[in-house]
Amino acid sequence: MPDQLIFAIEVFLNGLMAGVLYALVALGFVLIYKASGIFNYAQGVLALFAALTLVGIMEGQVPFSHLINAVFGTEIHNFGFHVPALLAIALTMVVMVVLAWLVNTLIFRHLVNQEPIILFMATIGLAYFLEGFGDIMWGADIKKLDVGLPQGINGFIDQITLDALGYGFFIDNLDLVATAVAALLVTALVIFAQYTRQGRAMRAVADDHQAALSVGISLNFIWVMVWSLAGFVALVAGIMWGTKSGVQFSLSLIALKALPVLMLGGFTSIPGAIVGGLIIGVGEKMFEFLIGPLVGGATENWFAYVLALLFLVFRPQGLFGEKIIERV
Amino acid sequence: MLDTQGTNDTLLEVNNIEVIYNHVILVLKGVSLSVPKGGITALLGGNGAGKTTTLKAISNLLRSERGEVTKGSIIYRGKRVQDLMPSELVRTGVVQVMEGRHCFEHLTVEENLLTGAYTRSESKAAIAADLELVYSYFPRLKERRRSQAGYTSGGEQQMVAIGRALMSRPETILLDEPSMGLAPQLVEQIFQIVKSLNEKEGYTFLLAEQNTNVALRFAHYGYILENGRVVMDGPAAELRENPDVKEFYLGVSEEGRKSFRDVRSYRRRKRWLS
Repeated sequence: MPDQLIFAIEVFLNGLMAGVLYALVALGFVLIYKASGIFNYAQGVLALFAALTLVGIMEGQVPFSHLINAVFGTEIHNFGFHVPALLAIALTMVVMVVLAWLVNTLIFRHLVNQEPIILFMATIGLAYFLEGFGDIMWGADIKKLDVGLPQGINGFIDQITLDALGYGFFIDNLDLVATAVAALLVTALVIFAQYTRQGRAMRAVADDHQAALSVGISLNFIWVMVWSLAGFVALVAGIMWGTKSGVQFSLSLIALKALPVLMLGGFTSIPGAIVGGLIIGVGEKMFEFLIGPLVGGATENWFAYVLALLFLVFRPQGLFGEKIIERV
Repeated sequence: MLDTQGTNDTLLEVNNIEVIYNHVILVLKGVSLSVPKGGITALLGGNGAGKTTTLKAISNLLRSERGEVTKGSIIYRGKRVQDLMPSELVRTGVVQVMEGRHCFEHLTVEENLLTGAYTRSESKAAIAADLELVYSYFPRLKERRRSQAGYTSGGEQQMVAIGRALMSRPETILLDEPSMGLAPQLVEQIFQIVKSLNEKEGYTFLLAEQNTNVALRFAHYGYILENGRVVMDGPAAELRENPDVKEFYLGVSEEGRKSFRDVRSYRRRKRWLS
């Protein structure tokens, strides 16, 4: 096999893996959008906040230590113990549920029946607040996150491709884990939404708030549940991204990459988020590989957005989005 | 209170309520009515008379539209219910079928019906049995159980909306404008089903309706609302014979009644009937 082709396949596979991570963030958007019609700009920051909290708990960091030290002149930073990863993940999830409850009680409960743009603005506010809050709570330095996920080149794939093709593919173990987790997460979410009582209620709320109220569904409960689910997805995404590239504030920017993913997959489709993520991931890498050299590179910065723009023109509901049902 | 069934058991009582939207717009200016157990009570009146608002005040859906009951009381089975959440009220046994159907468009017909049972904690078997009961009243829905509700016809959506309400095992159903946008034949069919639900299953109905003719044929008692006030009430049979109701709602007038001498009283009556 020619080297170029083999290299292209490797780029393709790596694109798939990168796409999985985009898809994880996009999933959180879809959940909240489906159930409440809110486009949650803060989803990326939610992932960042989850990752920060996870690291903080694992390291036994004292929350607000800078603030405390500045006010009281103390010098405390750590409790001096380490929390095992699984326990820390569970505790972080508790924090995310409390956050979901707070977000709903303090913000969105008061905005029922408001224009989508108002809800959107509220999430922008939430995003910046959370970013600042995370900073004050856990500090702004880049942190290393290690919850014990395997990392580095997968020796098995490297070896068999080396034997078969004479060239070892570089596939990161972490990407494989992320793929498995994403597949599991999507399956679980689809089953939840389609076949459980609460899942059905969630979809009912998404369709018609008033009608859902009229049959006795509690909107507040459903919304807290959905924000908690989104918090959980954010936590998973935060763990993956954090392990890959460290927990840093640029993590919140990956949320922007989820936007084209959503336009491709459709804002309302859980599988769409995954497929959209994969297409963006692969498209980005392949475009950079094939066309990049001709135009001077750096196409990864804009490729996804141009693709999304094309979709907006020709298929606004995305690949898998719900058709807009309108009776005349 | 009188009704054709002769029961005096009042289930729901609305005493002189006032409703204000957005803290400024006064929509109901003192509405009182009572709904007897096992009866069909009709709320009649034109657009903007306050029928829907009255129903929403009872079902507590007003709050999500920034409306509130500022005066008066709503009593169900002797208990004040106006501070309950809509979900608590559904558990108490009062459920509303909203104007314009409001089906969950992206859910299938059967899923729509199942959401109606959201507040119930009974076994799956009990809920499945009620599903069959609903299908026995609306056989059409059984045929279309797997279709997305958004793609069914207006009549089918009205059936879904009523069936969904039945799934909560209510005692009283507030039915808002069931005839809206439906062909006369379908309206007749829907009302026949309401009637047999009332007679065979014992559901109590309070229905708001613009189609006075149909409503008065099926209801036992009627209230006529205009500009947020009850202007007339009485047993349905009496209202049907009332000359004013006949002239302005049923479109039957006695020839030659309108001379110039009657114009003043005509205008006066017209005011509350327009």
